[in-house]
Amino acid sequence: MTDLSVSVSSNAHLASQQVLPEAPAKVTVRNLNFYYGEHHALKNINLTLGTNRVTAFIGPSGCGKSTLLRIFNRMYDLYPGQRVTGQLMLDQTNILDPKLDLNLLRARVGMVFQKPTPFPMTIYENIAFGIRLYEKISKSEMDDRVEKALRGGALWNEVKDKLNASGLSLSGGQQQRLCIARTVAVRPEVILFDEPCSALDPISTAKVEELIQELSENYTIAIVTHNMQQAARVSDKTAFMYLGELIEFDDTSKIFTSPTDRRTQDYITGRFG
Amino acid sequence: MNPIYARRRRKDIVIRGLCIAAAAFGVTWLALILATLLYNGIAGLNLDLFIADTPPPGSTEGGLRNAIVGSLIMTVIGVGIGAPLGLFAGTYLAEYGRNDRLTSVIRFINDILLSAPSIIIGLFIYGAVVVPMRGFSAIAGSLALAVIVIPVVLRTTEDMLLLVPNALREAASALGLPRSLVIKRIAYRAARSGLITGVLLATARVAGETAPLLFTALSNQFFSLGLNKTMANLPVTINNFVQSPYAYWKQLAWSGALLITITVLALNIGARILGAERTAK
Repeated sequence: MTDLSVSVSSNAHLASQQVLPEAPAKVTVRNLNFYYGEHHALKNINLTLGTNRVTAFIGPSGCGKSTLLRIFNRMYDLYPGQRVTGQLMLDQTNILDPKLDLNLLRARVGMVFQKPTPFPMTIYENIAFGIRLYEKISKSEMDDRVEKALRGGALWNEVKDKLNASGLSLSGGQQQRLCIARTVAVRPEVILFDEPCSALDPISTAKVEELIQELSENYTIAIVTHNMQQAARVSDKTAFMYLGELIEFDDTSKIFTSPTDRRTQDYITGRFG
Repeated sequence: MNPIYARRRRKDIVIRGLCIAAAAFGVTWLALILATLLYNGIAGLNLDLFIADTPPPGSTEGGLRNAIVGSLIMTVIGVGIGAPLGLFAGTYLAEYGRNDRLTSVIRFINDILLSAPSIIIGLFIYGAVVVPMRGFSAIAGSLALAVIVIPVVLRTTEDMLLLVPNALREAASALGLPRSLVIKRIAYRAARSGLITGVLLATARVAGETAPLLFTALSNQFFSLGLNKTMANLPVTINNFVQSPYAYWKQLAWSGALLITITVLALNIGARILGAERTAK
């Protein structure tokens, strides 16, 4: 237990972090199983994402956390040979319904990826592009929406004078915030972050983390991260996954201070992973 | 000096010398060919070349107007038919059919088509179009060129689309874009200069093709715009004139060859500039 107490003191700010009251479920996962061909990648997962809460998924590489995230917006449908069983609800919508319109689902469940992926067009178009998919609005309305989205992505001040520059001309951290702004612009309900900071430097990381916290006022957020400090800093709930199983799921402060499962404790104290 | 290091240095010098010699050998012949072409071709470059039609035997007046126009028409139609087919087929292979077994079969067949001698393609169109139509025609020539364009464009299209990172497609899908828009608005845009380069290179390739036209468009001594008749074109005209005993015809052949070479060079340079733009971004 000595290791743990060291880690607890380094996560001292957790003690002061308030535990928010339980939020109504936005996404509900029941008995979810996922297979890549013969490989049983996710085993009987049960959890809920609280409305306007940040839920972090941690665990060693290959534990299935990214796989789980990519089920929430049916990203796995892009590739063949994959199969899912169980129940997954977004409010009253069955996400796993084979007849579900995936484009509409993905408009409700946005995603930000590990590597920044600006589209090969201007900064303005990167944002306007997504909006135009769902809405027909005037130029001035569009200008407003683009500005709002870029402000939402904490990027407006840095790019307001070069909206017509290529999205690819931005730095990595700016590109990632552009991608977040782009996701926010289409007004989703849930935003999935798949290791959003792993390609960013510490300052950009801090900005994105701050942004995630702000976004949680209006969006339900799920974030996969390899960085446990990051999970501790940004999330309300943390799910620890290991070898395709959900080992422990609880308030973030509880997971990082007094985990119930031995494996969780070993992982957060750095004994493996 | 350390003997191991000294030996390695000597080896390095020898190998480097061999590489330079081999490169110089290849480039010398190319330079000689181009110099000869330039030397012989430039003498015949004048306005008549572009405004007068091919002369009858023995005449010392005339140009290549009908052949130039004919080549332009057939190349444009050939690329116009072949490039879209190649683009769509390449899109299927790289986007929709990526995990399909059919894809590897198509790719294999396309590679064979890509390296097929163009005379075979000429004979194929002869059998498939010229014989049923009971005559050589410009449209048959265009179709033969199109058959050559398809595999070139298909290949470059597939290669260029495969270079577009999958993360970009996922990001677009994650915004709720249907597959068709992901391809049209994102993948095509990311690969745009590569796709145009492919079409330009295919154009350059067919601009100088002789064999497929010999059996299809044949040639025509006179100016003609009719697609259902034989049509003059530069490669076959060069081929005929260079074998003739008349000095003036030979001169026209040289000048025609120079024109084709300049055109191909321009297309290649255009393709390279576009390619450089892509890597710069």
